[in-house]
Amino acid sequence: MIEAIFMITAIVCLISALLTVTAHNAVHALLYLVTMMIAIALIFFLFGSPFAAALQIIVYAGAVMVLFVFVTMMLHQGEKSNLDEKALFSLKNAKGPLLLATILIAELLMISVQPLEMNSSLVPLSAISNEAEQDSAQRDNTSQPNSVKSLAIQLYGPYRLLVIIAAMLLLSALIAAIHIARKTPKHVDVDLSPEETQLANKQQKANS
Amino acid sequence: MIELTSLLTPLAILIVLLLAAAWSTWLERRLLGIWQDRLGPNRVGPFGLFQVIADMIKIFTKDDWIPPFADKALFVIAPMILMIMTLLGFAIIPFSPDIQITEFDNALLFVLALSSLSVYSIMLAGFSSNSKYALLGALRTTAQMLSYEVFMGLALMGVVVIAGSFSLNDIVHAQSQYWFILSQPLGFLLFLFAGVAESHRAPFDLPEAETEIVAGFHTEYASMKFGMFFIGEYLGVIFISALITTLYFGGWQGPFLPPIVWFTLKTVFFVMFFILLRAAIPRPRYDQLMSFGWSILLPLALLNLLLTAVWKLTIGV
Repeated sequence: MIEAIFMITAIVCLISALLTVTAHNAVHALLYLVTMMIAIALIFFLFGSPFAAALQIIVYAGAVMVLFVFVTMMLHQGEKSNLDEKALFSLKNAKGPLLLATILIAELLMISVQPLEMNSSLVPLSAISNEAEQDSAQRDNTSQPNSVKSLAIQLYGPYRLLVIIAAMLLLSALIAAIHIARKTPKHVDVDLSPEETQLANKQQKANS
Repeated sequence: MIELTSLLTPLAILIVLLLAAAWSTWLERRLLGIWQDRLGPNRVGPFGLFQVIADMIKIFTKDDWIPPFADKALFVIAPMILMIMTLLGFAIIPFSPDIQITEFDNALLFVLALSSLSVYSIMLAGFSSNSKYALLGALRTTAQMLSYEVFMGLALMGVVVIAGSFSLNDIVHAQSQYWFILSQPLGFLLFLFAGVAESHRAPFDLPEAETEIVAGFHTEYASMKFGMFFIGEYLGVIFISALITTLYFGGWQGPFLPPIVWFTLKTVFFVMFFILLRAAIPRPRYDQLMSFGWSILLPLALLNLLLTAVWKLTIGV
């Protein structure tokens, strides 16, 4: 049963990923991307990680993609943008990426046919750190419902440095955004629209 | 037999919810009438109760029109998304100890995920209508819902910290001693504001501000597709009321009366409170709404979370 659901979800995921690339309408493409996110969330859920599934939907489908659609919606010019997209989408343009992607797929197939010996330098951090081992032992003891708790222990235990770095990165991005969006009173005076400058000129003439 | 009952309960809940949403339009019009010193619809049936049926006949027999300039597929899908997302939310609400469709540990995250997905409905309605007012309304709604979702999530975390669980059943059971409104008054207020904004009801109904942008995102909608938005809004109000009841007012717990009656009474009380808000408070300006959210509600929500965590660590209740 679960295998069947997984297969269906995976197929939906792949199809929507493909349609994301091939759709000419930018908003439609983004909606396929959202569908893909939801399918990935379902796969997380099937793998026994409901917390990751919920975060996938809340963060990616519910926030990041909403902003994408939001901006695209504002810049969309109807039929004109669709035609522009169509013009861009030709096999000639896609040749390079297609070739490179084919190499990656070939590599993936080779690995899946003949599994590699894991290189020790590629093993995840948690396997190296003793602290993490203790925590994962703790996690095994705690029951499944507390998966959020064990994740939190991991994040604020062995990975706390990464959390702090991510937080600092976000903070700097926030400050940069505020700086860019800040209104300077000079700009308001300079950026008059053509109609406004005409009006101002007329008023000056009338006054003189 | 087990399969039959497990199918019947969701079906019964679905029908009750749709009827409740339909009749809450009547409730709203009557109550608004009373608070504004007039009667409201009182002609059709006793107390005007059958007004809803008359409205339904009217809306079903209207021309189900899709504008020729619209993006047809999205135009049809948009109202469905709202209905599906809102109805799915009720799956995790514990109506009483026995009546609940499904139960899992991350129920509150499920609620947040659904509320963030329902934004798409309004966005797509605005985009596919291909009209200025609809687009403006959709832009307003999206920004508003994205912002207020943040405070909604942060306000809920206070309850999660105290109850120590994301599961709604655990949260209800954790309130057997006292309701969380007592320990989380600030969190409750924040959640209430966020809830009103999420269901874009007055006074936070700028996406549909008639005086400025006709009817906002559903300007181009008619007939049953408009009906879905309309009923979806009332379902949203009932959902937020049910959540407030579950999270802050002890859910189905209460003396003497059976649990389902307590739950219904509390939920109806909050639905009426939503209507009272509409009758009592004027609309703010859009920039006021956004700056109120980001510069007042967000710091307060963070403060609430911090204080709750400190309280939990020091006193430990």
